[in-house]
Amino acid sequence: MARASDQRRGGQRRSGQRGELDVSAWLDQHRAACAMSLRKLLTSPLATLLTAAVIGIALALPTAFFALLHNAQSLGSDWDGAARISLYLGDAVAEAEGAALADQLAARSDIASTRHIGRDAALAEFRELSGFGEVLDSLGENPLPGVVVVHPLATAAPDAVAALAEELGALKTVDDALVDLQWVQRLHAIIGVIQRTVAIVAALLGVAVLLVVGNTIRLDILGRREEIVVVKLIGATDGFVRRPFLYGGAIYGLLGGALAVLLVGLALGLIAEPARDLAQLYGSAFEFSGLNLDSALTLMLCGMLLGLGGAWLAVGRHLRDIEPR
Amino acid sequence: MIRFDHVSKRYAAGGDALADVSFHLPVGGMGFLIGHSGAGKSTLLKLIACIERASRGQVLIDGQNLGQLGRRGVPYLRRQMGIVFQNHQLLFDRSVFENVALPLVIAGYPPREVGRRVRAALDKVGLLNKERTNPVTLSGGEQQRVGIARAVVNRPRLLLADEPTGNLDPTLSVEIMSLFRQFNQVGVSVLIATHDLSLVERLGHPLLVLQDGRLVHDGFAKRAHAEGTERGQG
Repeated sequence: MARASDQRRGGQRRSGQRGELDVSAWLDQHRAACAMSLRKLLTSPLATLLTAAVIGIALALPTAFFALLHNAQSLGSDWDGAARISLYLGDAVAEAEGAALADQLAARSDIASTRHIGRDAALAEFRELSGFGEVLDSLGENPLPGVVVVHPLATAAPDAVAALAEELGALKTVDDALVDLQWVQRLHAIIGVIQRTVAIVAALLGVAVLLVVGNTIRLDILGRREEIVVVKLIGATDGFVRRPFLYGGAIYGLLGGALAVLLVGLALGLIAEPARDLAQLYGSAFEFSGLNLDSALTLMLCGMLLGLGGAWLAVGRHLRDIEPR
Repeated sequence: MIRFDHVSKRYAAGGDALADVSFHLPVGGMGFLIGHSGAGKSTLLKLIACIERASRGQVLIDGQNLGQLGRRGVPYLRRQMGIVFQNHQLLFDRSVFENVALPLVIAGYPPREVGRRVRAALDKVGLLNKERTNPVTLSGGEQQRVGIARAVVNRPRLLLADEPTGNLDPTLSVEIMSLFRQFNQVGVSVLIATHDLSLVERLGHPLLVLQDGRLVHDGFAKRAHAEGTERGQG
């Protein structure tokens, strides 16, 4: 009889064509292990579904947050480019002077465009938009200053825009320079905080998925203790014993991931319409984006890997202890 | 095939299960391991299957020293032997066919080969018509025969059995023993542990008698000695 190490591929050795059959036998074993895990999960569909639901919800929460964040970010970047500086001209500045300043500034390399709104034009615009026409008439004199609206380059950083505003505010003809930027910065800061929070929550929920799968697989291992002892007695390697449990964990994770895709898709679908309405109120062409195919597949892959990881933890801890006595 | 060389086994809980046991079961030989319960029969079989490790001495299976066998090598050692258990150790969540096929599936045989060999093994123990039934519905004797089919399906060169007739009536016991003898006649080495001396005495195979962990009678040594003397005289 050959020594044990040569006996590894006993079945194939006798059949010849060794290399090819090795791989096919290995694939056969994996297929069998996967089929066996599936069969086990299907024999108790309710328990399987419950476990998958826990995983699905744990995965869906951070995913939904990330999707919302992604939308908020695209909203912020939409309006980033719209950062603008309003230069309020002094009362003494003539109409032509204002126009000249606008042209002069437009020529600068750090400014994309400018627009001059003369005192009369400002008054007309205000009258039309505000509905306070009669009040204005009673004032007798036009209280509005001329304005030059400056659009910095879209690529300019918030700091650069602020510096530019300060520089323009110091011009003799300019009374005041206001940057319409602060809220964008605040939005960014808020998103930053939320992003970090969501990342932490996602990490915690990932650990929760590991533990849920790990515990489920642990119970499964303990429940099949006798079977494990028997197959070890008749020559099963650790790998052979481990395989169905790892497949089981991966399948749990995959089911959970698929469930999470459904949940997130449903939730974002429900949010999409009010979000569009909200954007419209702000006159934005913002499009609410749901879960695309890539992120759906990534989510399912994440679920599968977490399930596999959880199973790996349980298997590593418990299978070794189960030996024939 | 099996060689014990001054083997002792002491459990951590205390007490020697085996003390200084030496014997040699030759290739193609068949013998019975006799002793009261607690005499060390199970421990001796466990050492052969590497379920336990010897505290002292050497166990050699087919020339391989089990003391030097690593954890990873154990499954491949067990694939070289068929083991029959007193309580059958069948899995009741699958059919008779799947139970018998298990060693082949573990060893990675192609499905067609598995089917052929399982049916050959079931035919040998007379249960070919039961391949689709669940073993839980079978009688004790039938379950034991399924266990034997599973042990021989891999065509091992060594067959071990721990009280294979422990739960069977005398007629069934004789049947089971004659099955083991048939395997021995085609070259399989066989070692059977039993407390039923009356059953095996008449069969004429060498006996190994254990008493409180010591080997008090070695039938193989006597037979080898007798053969040597005969040859000397001839």
